[in-house]
Amino acid sequence: MRTAGDAAPLELCIDSKAYLAADGTPVEVVRGLKLRLEAGAFGALIGPSGCGKTTILKIAAGIDPDFRGDIRTPGAGRLGIVFQEPRLLPWRTVEQNIRLALPAEDTTTDLTELVEVLGLSSHLARYPGELSLGLARRAAIARAFAMQPDFLLLDEPFVSLDETIAARLRDELLALTKRTRVTTLFVTHDLEEAIQLSDRLFFLSDRPTHIIFEKALLLPRGTRNKEVIASISEEMRALVAQAATGAGQS
Amino acid sequence: MTRIYSLAILIAAWAVTAALVQSRLLPGPLTVGTTILAEVRSGELPFHMACTLGRVISSFAIAMTLGIIAGYVMGRSKTADRYADPWLVVLINMPALVTIIFAYVWIGLNEAAAILAVAVNKLPNVVVIMREGARALDPELDEMAKAFKFTRLTRARHVILPQFAPYLAACSRSGLSIVWKIVLVVELIGRPNGVGFVLGSAFSLFDMAQILSYAISFIVLMLVIEGYLVQPLERRANRWRRRPA
Repeated sequence: MRTAGDAAPLELCIDSKAYLAADGTPVEVVRGLKLRLEAGAFGALIGPSGCGKTTILKIAAGIDPDFRGDIRTPGAGRLGIVFQEPRLLPWRTVEQNIRLALPAEDTTTDLTELVEVLGLSSHLARYPGELSLGLARRAAIARAFAMQPDFLLLDEPFVSLDETIAARLRDELLALTKRTRVTTLFVTHDLEEAIQLSDRLFFLSDRPTHIIFEKALLLPRGTRNKEVIASISEEMRALVAQAATGAGQS
Repeated sequence: MTRIYSLAILIAAWAVTAALVQSRLLPGPLTVGTTILAEVRSGELPFHMACTLGRVISSFAIAMTLGIIAGYVMGRSKTADRYADPWLVVLINMPALVTIIFAYVWIGLNEAAAILAVAVNKLPNVVVIMREGARALDPELDEMAKAFKFTRLTRARHVILPQFAPYLAACSRSGLSIVWKIVLVVELIGRPNGVGFVLGSAFSLFDMAQILSYAISFIVLMLVIEGYLVQPLERRANRWRRRPA
């Protein structure tokens, strides 16, 4: 993984990504995907389930080097990531889980504020097995933010949460990303969620995945109310349908 | 409590049988008890037990260290597993006695040969269990560790070792008992001290009281190690698991 200066954009260029299925035949998941996201922006990848969103995220995270193409990540390589499942170490307390992800030079970072914002203060000494899914997700989000990342990846962090908790966590995420101005790539299949949170939307096709079209949202993040989100999402759905029928001409 | 009753019944049965038989070949608990006391006073018993315990600890440590490394590599790499598996099968099926004879013949009748022979006997068992442990490592946590750029040390200590804990407990449990039994054989054949050596000379004299007193003393010692070292360590490693309600 190459990293550039602080204000560098995120550039993903995946010519092809395939994996071997259980019976040994190669399955192509991504083909000809090009994505560019300005430094400090929040981008959302939106696509149907199973279209390879997680695969793209893993490539961006540098976890999966087995693909053809080229990636440039913003910042100096401080990557924060929130997986779909919280992926906390069950044998370490919440606080240890957060601290273990900190770079070696700042293991003594003060976590008080972050932990407070995410409502984890009274749970720091507990083990992940004792937490509800909502709290475990918060712990995972805290872990990604604690290191003050300059590149943040989130993989559907709010699925299977009940809607009120998801809404609160979305607000918290919005506040944290606005304050830290971290370049963020967010994966979701929920269009409203994407519109509420992002600066730029990337719509993905079915496998092999590529970007059907992208859309910059002009109204600043966090100022969009329910009606605005509903009208934008209607507009987007129409555009996606149009792009799908006129495939290739976008 | 039940354990104590159960043991008491065993000792009582032994005492009754010994009283009925009235033979030098089956001494009663009292005779064995006085023999143990006499041996402790003379310093013989602590000395031989210490020799044996030293060998148990060294060969156990060697077998565990090498076994964990080999098991980890074989569990993680299919190629390594394919190449090393036949060796493992040979080693597992090698009779303990053969390994011991080879070690004494090739290396000599010395401490190194004794410890090595025991370690080699225990090794394949550790490899097999740890290989399963390595195969069961959670790939999702692996990715997490990679994404957050955990150092090797952090990964080993906080991600891998806790996942190995149940497997390590299984190896240590079965390992300690196997190792101490083989150490006695090694001592019987080629060492001038240790519990195995004493048992050998007592056997040639048909001194059953001596044999029973040493055997019982060592069993008690191993129970103490199990209860005061292995079990507390296991409890510590498992403290994050929720208590079953």
